[in-house]
Amino acid sequence: MSLSFTSNEMMTIAAARALRNEDVCFVGIGAPSAACNLARLTHAPHITLIYESGTIGTRPNVLPLSIGDGELCDTALTTVSVPEMFRYWLQGGRITVGFLGGAQIDRFANLNTTVVGDYHQPKVRLPGGGGAPEIATNCGEIFITMAMGKRAFVEKLPFITSMGHGVTGRERRALGVKSKGPTRLITDLCVFEPDAETKEMKIVSIHQGVTREQIAENCGWAPSYAAHVGETPPPTAQELEVLRDIQARTKAAHAA
Amino acid sequence: MAAFMDMAAAIEDNVRNGDQVAMEGFTHLIPFAAGHEVIRQHKKELTLIRMTPDLIYDQMIGMGCARKLVFSWGGNPGVGSTHRIRDAVENGWPNKLEIEEHSHAAMANAFEAGAANLPFAMLRGYIGVDLPKVNPKIKSITCPYTGEQLATVPALRPDVGIVHGLRADREGNVLFEGIVGCQKEVILASKRTIVTVEEVVDDFGPRSPNAVILPHWTIGAIVVVPGGAHPSYAQGYYKRDNSFYIAWDKISRERDTFLAWMNENVMSKTAAAFAVHGKK
Repeated sequence: MSLSFTSNEMMTIAAARALRNEDVCFVGIGAPSAACNLARLTHAPHITLIYESGTIGTRPNVLPLSIGDGELCDTALTTVSVPEMFRYWLQGGRITVGFLGGAQIDRFANLNTTVVGDYHQPKVRLPGGGGAPEIATNCGEIFITMAMGKRAFVEKLPFITSMGHGVTGRERRALGVKSKGPTRLITDLCVFEPDAETKEMKIVSIHQGVTREQIAENCGWAPSYAAHVGETPPPTAQELEVLRDIQARTKAAHAA
Repeated sequence: MAAFMDMAAAIEDNVRNGDQVAMEGFTHLIPFAAGHEVIRQHKKELTLIRMTPDLIYDQMIGMGCARKLVFSWGGNPGVGSTHRIRDAVENGWPNKLEIEEHSHAAMANAFEAGAANLPFAMLRGYIGVDLPKVNPKIKSITCPYTGEQLATVPALRPDVGIVHGLRADREGNVLFEGIVGCQKEVILASKRTIVTVEEVVDDFGPRSPNAVILPHWTIGAIVVVPGGAHPSYAQGYYKRDNSFYIAWDKISRERDTFLAWMNENVMSKTAAAFAVHGKK
């Protein structure tokens, strides 16, 4: 029996599966937050979720709209100040995974959330980096989740807000950064991982029913494929149920 | 020594045209009532400093209070753009807005350096990114012990720091709980300070010996404004009004709907209008 699901649900579920029970995860708002809480409510009940507002070990019953909703503090093990969060916990090297989203990404998983067009004469002014520039280098590794599209997956970023593997794939080592950087990019169509040598993000699995032509149409560069490309296991009934439940609770709570 | 004042007098006495003003509160405890009073008093040419400008600076910038914005993430959290800030940056409406952009880590460190009476903050940050190319204040220093290159930013020492706390006692000591952001750092870093609170109590009652309390002698003016953080929130008093944050997207998208909302809800009101949100 096959279940029906949306590409967005597949993306969130595939992203959640990347997380482990023993991870200490710095959670970005939006798609990453949904994936991290889905992981906590399914296969990784002991995962530690940290939001940059200072909440450590939080277990929200509904997804937060902002990074600092009261729900995060009410259900946290402890809440620290924002300077302490960035200094002791992030810069201190206590975070195993940073989970980011973005507006634009390139083949080396550098992210732009700052500006489209010239910085000083912007075509579109985006929100900016927030915690991302330091999350990208101070966490053990980085997972990224973003829906594909030609405006989002671009050949060249107008602005690098946070570093992935750099513009040539060699910048992390050259700059003395010891953390791994982006090790997984989970999209609505497929999953990418970096090539061991070149660090270019390569497709390692394709979601059920998605074609290589569809991926090419939604990517601003010619994507590379790993030697062995699998099919992403489709969502299980339990994953879909838990995800839909938390999204329904969230919608009701935010409309109230 | 903290003086209990009304909102209009506190802003009049402390905020001057051209000042650097930091109104902090990381999602929680954002001092909206104070921001509205600054708008009503037509303060101009301010340098507005906040990690997340949020709706409060969207409103102040849209009403022409600011010459410059110092920030690290400028959106409507979970919703989308802050349209008035975008209109100012992209189109110069209602006036040109200079921006000085940082990362969260750098701004949090810069407030802390200000509180610690240091000239600059140092962090392992801004590695491999473009912000240092467009913000000349981001520099670097070589560690004298290891030779490592570290990023630096100047300490933030605002002319005026404004935050919202939960409650004051009769002496003017103020208690903060929940997401405490950089409330303490901003007050200790600023030359003049205003703290708005939900209520005044005779005694804080049972509390952790490590509770976050700013002593009365660190605070200039205290203003009692129940509901004064709405649509942000006050832990234990009222929740974040997420439906208003969602509604703001439509209100603020066009100049005329924005101005109509501001005239109806800010210009023709006083700080007392926040009381309706302040009930537990």
